[in-house]
Amino acid sequence: MSEKYIARSASVAARLLDGEMIIMSAVDSTLFSLSDVATAIWQSADGRTPLSSIVRDSICAQFDVSAEVAYRDAEAFTEKLASHGILRVSDRPITDEDSIPVLS
Amino acid sequence: MSLVQQLNQKALAKGVPLSVHLDVTYRCNERCEHCYLEHDDRGEMSTAEIRTLLDQLANAGVFFLTLSGGEPLVRLDCFEIIEYARSLQFNVKLKTNAILIHEKEAQRLKRLGVEQIQISLYSHRAEIHDGITKVQGSLDRTLEGIRVLRSLGLKVSIANVLMRSNSNDSESVRALAAEFGAHYTLDPTITPMIDGRRDVLRFRASASEVSDVFHNAALVGDLEEFCTPPAAVDDSIREGLPCSAGHTACYISPYGDLYPCVQFPLACGNVRRQAFAEIWRDSPQLREVRSIRGKDLETCSVCSHLGTCTRCPGLAYMEGNMRGPSSVDCEKSFIRTGIPSAGMMAGATNGSISARSLVQIQLPA
Repeated sequence: MSEKYIARSASVAARLLDGEMIIMSAVDSTLFSLSDVATAIWQSADGRTPLSSIVRDSICAQFDVSAEVAYRDAEAFTEKLASHGILRVSDRPITDEDSIPVLS
Repeated sequence: MSLVQQLNQKALAKGVPLSVHLDVTYRCNERCEHCYLEHDDRGEMSTAEIRTLLDQLANAGVFFLTLSGGEPLVRLDCFEIIEYARSLQFNVKLKTNAILIHEKEAQRLKRLGVEQIQISLYSHRAEIHDGITKVQGSLDRTLEGIRVLRSLGLKVSIANVLMRSNSNDSESVRALAAEFGAHYTLDPTITPMIDGRRDVLRFRASASEVSDVFHNAALVGDLEEFCTPPAAVDDSIREGLPCSAGHTACYISPYGDLYPCVQFPLACGNVRRQAFAEIWRDSPQLREVRSIRGKDLETCSVCSHLGTCTRCPGLAYMEGNMRGPSSVDCEKSFIRTGIPSAGMMAGATNGSISARSLVQIQLPA
């Protein structure tokens, strides 16, 4: 399995509202409301941490789910957000300025 | 229920100010004849003050941020403000006349991920548009701004204010918007001046001019739906909120004064003297606004238009009673449906707010 890296896009609008991450795509103005699991992935998407590590450290450690299922769901989720320009997915670390930190 | 509606409901339940309209200046490079603002700088918030305010807004949960003026781009730090707002991941909408937008500025707005640029356009004819803005060549410059923004794929919304002088031009402006691939909105609302003067109301389109627009399918869409008589008023409408002002939205002036809405000059506090979150949570004025339900509206609570009227509590407040009717909206409901409003029947409105005493935003001395 090749490693995947994910980075938040700088072009989105996002806000944590009562534990729920609200994101609007700048590409097509689609509004997303992320679940707590998806929010954890989004907040960990720094472009440098491999998706497998995010799943292990931020998902499996916090939520009652197997690593295999969690990774499969995380892959599908990240591909969907990538199609709306919200996340960038790459097979190598993403370190350019198109990624920005999210508010704590 | 759409996600946006769910978001609004959640914000309402949690007391989150989802949308804030921030005027960064009242200065402007046009002098539109109907404008309600006074354009001198009475001590605008500095860049540092606005950055601090934006931090506070982000922490309070604000998601939608409208930056406007005056003309916001006359501030030399306007892009710095936008850049900081975007670094805080606000969904930013910019209201401008686009006169100062060229290739470089458009590229920067694109790079910053500004969601939408709303641009005022009064007519497709220079003699009308420039006549309203009092700036010769302004139509050409505004159109060039729109063109360059659209060429970069930025979302543009053309705001067309309906007045006596341009009432024949709405269809052509709408066609122009379609040509550019821009969204189009038409608004017949002209408000009194910020200092209380009412002479600008003479620019309002007449009832027959508004009627022509309201019965033009090219401008309002499905005529049957738009002009249909109001449905029966039920409990959900009587228990409903008049609008989002003060509930999930508010307005902040260049001087830091906070109001429920740009059109609702009820002073609630000043962000230079008090934290935004404190004002939002504790202001007695906002609490009063939030306490009002449809059933509490004097006259309007028994009006058949209650569920469909565009009644603006701010315009009602300017007429002297935030729980009363807004005569302009009574007129609009009547023009749209042919059914007189309760306010009109009771004689609470006389068809013109010019005869009433007005409450307006207080400017710094």
